[in-house]
Amino acid sequence: MLRQVEGSKAVADAVACCRPEVICAYPISPQTHIVEGLSRLVKAGDLKNCEFVNVESEFAAMSVAIGASATGARTYTATASQGLLFMVEAVFNASGLGLPIVMTVANRAIGGPINIWNDHSDSMSQRDSGWIQLYAETNQEAADLHVQAFRIAEELSLPVMVCMDGFILTHASEQVDIPEQEQVDAFLPPYSPRQVLNPDEPVSIGAMVGPEAFMEVRYMAHAKTLLALEKIPQVAKDFEKVFHRDSGGLVRPYHCEDAETVVIALGSVLGTIKDVVDELREKGTSIGVLGIITFRPFPFEAVRNALKNAKRVVVVEKAFSIGIGGIVSENVKGSISEQKTPIYTVIAGLGGRPITKTSLHALFHQAFNDSLEPLTFLDLDQDLVEREIIREGSK
Amino acid sequence: MSTAPVKFYQVGSFAVGNRLLPPDQNSIQSDSERTNALTSGHRACQGCGEALGARYALDAAMRASNGKMIAVNATGCLEVFSTPYPESSWRIAWLHSLFGNAPAVATGVAAALKAKGRTDIRVVSQGGDGATVDIGFGVLSGMFERNDDVLYICYDNEAYMNTGVQRSGATPPAARTSTTQAVGPEPGNVFGQGKNLPRIAMAHEIPYVATATVADLRDLEAKVTRAMEFRGARYLHVLVPCPLGWGSASCDTVRIARLATQSGLFPVFEAERGEVVSSTPIRQRVGVEEYLKLQARYGHLFSPKRRDDIIDHLQANADRNIARYNLINADTKNADLPEKGVL
Repeated sequence: MLRQVEGSKAVADAVACCRPEVICAYPISPQTHIVEGLSRLVKAGDLKNCEFVNVESEFAAMSVAIGASATGARTYTATASQGLLFMVEAVFNASGLGLPIVMTVANRAIGGPINIWNDHSDSMSQRDSGWIQLYAETNQEAADLHVQAFRIAEELSLPVMVCMDGFILTHASEQVDIPEQEQVDAFLPPYSPRQVLNPDEPVSIGAMVGPEAFMEVRYMAHAKTLLALEKIPQVAKDFEKVFHRDSGGLVRPYHCEDAETVVIALGSVLGTIKDVVDELREKGTSIGVLGIITFRPFPFEAVRNALKNAKRVVVVEKAFSIGIGGIVSENVKGSISEQKTPIYTVIAGLGGRPITKTSLHALFHQAFNDSLEPLTFLDLDQDLVEREIIREGSK
Repeated sequence: MSTAPVKFYQVGSFAVGNRLLPPDQNSIQSDSERTNALTSGHRACQGCGEALGARYALDAAMRASNGKMIAVNATGCLEVFSTPYPESSWRIAWLHSLFGNAPAVATGVAAALKAKGRTDIRVVSQGGDGATVDIGFGVLSGMFERNDDVLYICYDNEAYMNTGVQRSGATPPAARTSTTQAVGPEPGNVFGQGKNLPRIAMAHEIPYVATATVADLRDLEAKVTRAMEFRGARYLHVLVPCPLGWGSASCDTVRIARLATQSGLFPVFEAERGEVVSSTPIRQRVGVEEYLKLQARYGHLFSPKRRDDIIDHLQANADRNIARYNLINADTKNADLPEKGVL
């Protein structure tokens, strides 16, 4: 049903339709509205057979999720930024134990300095945690990805992180087709765990593994995660059959086939980039966009296929690896390592800095004549940082 | 609830041998149908108090729950010695996640069971003193505060034994650990620090808090059984001597635990909703020195120079417990300690 709602409300309603049995959360901006919505549904009795646990920290949130999931309950939590970092030990443990927990990350910067606004530093820091990572472009996709995430997680017995841009998506009201309960029930079967804590058939979960088997355990986690590259497109296809819309998958190309310049990005900034690309294409410029929905596991083949005709690639990233540069672009390089296509890394929008059409126009024009630096920080106040560097150096 | 009086057949001690008692008063361990929750073949040290305590506690919990129980375990000796993959000593549904999160994981298990309408299955969470009073303290307090339906058992051996005997928030004053060494003017752990977790648990006003030791295993069984009669958050603090960390003989584990209670250093009591409802009186009072001198971790109090100042300070702590928990009654032998040195 089409409704004008806040992104967080759309996600809360979509998650509720998935019939979670345990929801645990600790409040952190900009995730709060999602769990507020869910707590209300549970308290009012609209979401039945579900326990909402108000925990005392994000570390507890993920720990409660681990216990609930290992007991065979469909389990959901949500966090952002510092909260995600505070639960990291349990984040790795959840994937190590193969528990199909679904978690929303309302993407937000990491301090210090403290900053509550959007970028991707939080979820990108967890790219090696063994979780599947999906990035939503719109609130419609954010809602839809949650419904798909439970299926992906449970069919693979792996946890899934659904990343949506904090404030830009979570707090934006727009028209969303909220999944109907009957549709979700047709798409998502009840959770049937592979291994569960059951007194009638007792198992020991979480044994200590020594050097003689640890490599094999970690390799198996890798092999299992790679299965997601087949599973995610299948789930998206099944989703389209039931919901009649294209949502999710590995990547979403937009005018990529014939484009000389392909811009790659994740999340809500794709909307702004597509507007700029539309304007440029109207003037006859050969430019396209590749949105990456599935960042972990990284869809090397899908990216390679989308870039096969590209003469240059511009990767717009909302996080970076200090001391190195791009994170997404390093993965893109891995996709087309045999091609000599130049890849430009653009770090943009850190800590909520707006990524404007004007700046993107200027950026892409520099790319067209290959005058972009390999690593650019969009709209950086160059004078200020140069002054500071001189001042620091003089101490 | 007051603790059932123990009958001292044959040996006149706290020994477990109860073959001559009526069946309903027998130890759960004497039942051939017991669970053997922690079965033989594990890798605990000889004389490990924690293995002994866990075996009695969990078999009692299994009996109280009619075999419908899930256990959550914090990282630590108990976890490491029981589950070196691909082996497991657990004959119960058992989950280990992390060092600092066992109470929260247990909350998740309980929440899942509640959502599924399976509250007939009970949840026990357990860890050592490091997992309980230090790294997992925040989540334990959260579990208490929400009154989640979990029995948490702390096996307290008063330091981080699994990593090599480092000080924890439960290490007693003057005790030598590898991070509070017996050097300097105040050798061993300092006075005036540390957490009294049973009292902190009581401050949460949860339904049931109790202490026990491996010197009185029938009492331990009774306390677990009593704890399982309540719903909501319950806390059981069990003193478990560690021969390795305490520098004691493996054969002295039970003896040292008994001296801890008989000196007053470790009070054995029960509390309901924040109020003490019973305490176990001292049968035969001893000075703290009797307890201290069996343990190398206190060796610096006796050699090369006797430290009466420190021993007196520890005795004052024991006396405080005796007054606070009413540990001396008319039956207590040697209630007035003789002058020092006479013992």
